[in-house]
Amino acid sequence: MVSLESYLIVSAVMFITGVVGVITCRNAIIVFMSIELMLNSVNLSLIAFSAFLGDATGQVFVFFIMTVAAAEAAVGLAIIIALYRRKQTVHLDEINILKW
Amino acid sequence: MIEYVPFIVAFPLAGFIFLGLFGARIKNEKVIGVIGSGVVGLSFIFASIIFFNMLGLPAEERKSVVCFFPWISTYTGTSGSFNVNVSYLVDQLSILMTLVVTGVGFIIHVYSIGYMHGDKGFWRFFCYMNLFIFAMLNLVLADNFLLMFFGWEGVGLCSYLLIGFWYEKKFTGDAAKKAFIVNRIGDFGFILGMLLIFSTFKSLNFNTVFGLSYLMPVGNNTIFWITLLLFIGATGKSAQIPLYVWLPDAMAGPTPVSALIHAATMVTAGVYMVARCSVLYALAPVTLSIVAIIGALTAIFAASIGLVQNDIKKVLAYSTISQLGYMFMAMGVTAFSAGIFHLMTHAFFKALLFLGSGAVIHAMHEEQDIQKMGGLKKYLPATYWTFLIGALAISGIPPLSGFFSKDEILWSAFSKEQGSWFLWLVGVLGALMTAFYMFRLVNLTFEGKERFDSEHVHPHEAPKTMTIPLVVLAVLSVVGGVVGIPHVSVIEAWLDPVFEPAKYKLYSGYQSEDYLEYIMMLVSVGVAISGIYIARWMYVKNTEMPEKLKSRFSRAYKLLLNKYYVDEAYEAVVVKPVMKVSEGILWKGVDVAIIDGIVNGSGKLVSLLAGAFRKIQTGVAQFYAVMFMGGVLLIILWFLLS
Repeated sequence: MVSLESYLIVSAVMFITGVVGVITCRNAIIVFMSIELMLNSVNLSLIAFSAFLGDATGQVFVFFIMTVAAAEAAVGLAIIIALYRRKQTVHLDEINILKW
Repeated sequence: MIEYVPFIVAFPLAGFIFLGLFGARIKNEKVIGVIGSGVVGLSFIFASIIFFNMLGLPAEERKSVVCFFPWISTYTGTSGSFNVNVSYLVDQLSILMTLVVTGVGFIIHVYSIGYMHGDKGFWRFFCYMNLFIFAMLNLVLADNFLLMFFGWEGVGLCSYLLIGFWYEKKFTGDAAKKAFIVNRIGDFGFILGMLLIFSTFKSLNFNTVFGLSYLMPVGNNTIFWITLLLFIGATGKSAQIPLYVWLPDAMAGPTPVSALIHAATMVTAGVYMVARCSVLYALAPVTLSIVAIIGALTAIFAASIGLVQNDIKKVLAYSTISQLGYMFMAMGVTAFSAGIFHLMTHAFFKALLFLGSGAVIHAMHEEQDIQKMGGLKKYLPATYWTFLIGALAISGIPPLSGFFSKDEILWSAFSKEQGSWFLWLVGVLGALMTAFYMFRLVNLTFEGKERFDSEHVHPHEAPKTMTIPLVVLAVLSVVGGVVGIPHVSVIEAWLDPVFEPAKYKLYSGYQSEDYLEYIMMLVSVGVAISGIYIARWMYVKNTEMPEKLKSRFSRAYKLLLNKYYVDEAYEAVVVKPVMKVSEGILWKGVDVAIIDGIVNGSGKLVSLLAGAFRKIQTGVAQFYAVMFMGGVLLIILWFLLS
């Protein structure tokens, strides 16, 4: 039996990896994937708590989140493609006209 | 009958409202004229009915108060409660004033129908005139200071509106503003006096105030201040030194206005007010002396300016100021009935003179310079004869009305305890000047050579609506004096109950030495005749004489012609500093720097802060993410620590 702490540690590591990815990477696709990673780390901790408490609600939630995340990933990728077509780049540094 | 009093006041108000609402739509001048003067005529009829009714009553029952409706009522039961009614005090003094106001007012209204013929503001003129009569009646009939003040301000407003009646010309607007502002200074004194009365007596009602003050000792300090403040109000409204400067300029208005407001009625409001408050004034001997001295100074000062003026209406304006000075002199020496008597006769002959001058100006096509007239006698016979009667009356030739009233004042100035030979001398000198300038006016206007451009100007007699009022006023100027013949003075007996309390406080049983009185009468008649003779000698016989005098005494002449440079002095001492302070401190200092500074400063502060904070919006999405993370971490940290 794997303890709850192990799950949560894995989840935290995944989340921090995601955050670092979002903050440091310049490529929009990598940032996007890092966000997915953060989302899934949260899913993992939800499932871990759900199993630990013997309550299925958390797992049901995770299914919903995965469904929505799939749809969101499709929209997000579409936005990135549209952005690339317009600016010929996916570097976030260069996409900064929305300021001041 | 006494319950009809509100009607006297209501008719002119109705006329004002009707003409104000519908006057512009009535194209027929006759209709407007009949309505405008008719309402005043009705008031006069009602006032006469009440007057004759009062005549039938014994003296004690003649005074009555008619409450119309409560105006301000803050009844708290404590000493701070403030109750004022719109109620009218009808007594010997106020009914006399009412008769003068409505009677002379009616005559002048009728005259105006002819004078204002063809003016595009015809309805507006009658509308304002009716409002004036309404306000003036409130002033004289009020039974408390506040209602009196309402009338006081009302007549000031109408004066302003009517001086600036021909508002297209700049100088009429300036004159109107000047009149209004100078009056305002005086009114400020009146307000302060009123407040002091209320804080002293806890009431503004005449009966209460006079009843309570009657119990006070003579020379009371508070009463001194009250009377002085009220007198400052009177100097503004009645054009006395130092606030007389507005009246000569007020001649910019139509001539009937000068006759009604700036000669016969409104300017006498101050005299009436002092007479009404005679009890208060009797308690303040110092104020009485001030009143007498100011009156005497004004009488001679204005008369001396009148000697050399060339504008027909300006001469009459200075004459009015001078005659008002006589009235105040009478008030100051406690000859209250003599002052009111002169007020009445002055209303007759000065209205006559102004209306006569209006007829002359009309005939000369708006020319007012008497140097450009002359020889009008044969063109305007009716105007000439009535004007001559008016001039004789004001000069004090017996048995015309002015002789009796002026002589009564001079005799009182000499014989009363509060008077002195000095006041008498000033008065006699003033009378000499009066006779001189009036006959200078008559001679330059009607006698001698025709100095106008007879090619273009064809003088013609005024229409009947103008000459009939002149004749009526001339008759009144002749016979008006009968009521005040010394020793058998009807008017003095009539007014006596009103001034009884004041007289009681003064203990002035003066010993009149009859022979002295007759000598003085002879002196004043002699003075008047010599004034007339000098004027005739200078302006008809030796017409080169004025020029000689002019060059001989050029300094004095210039001083008089420029009215002692009083306007210029006020300009330098009062107007300029006020303008400077307003511009330098109030406008550029307080308004621009402080008030605008606060408004603009808060705007600038916001834009400054915004300029600093907007740099946060870098447009780089990851920067926002970092901030977001930092925020979340801070919140978690905060939860952990607490």
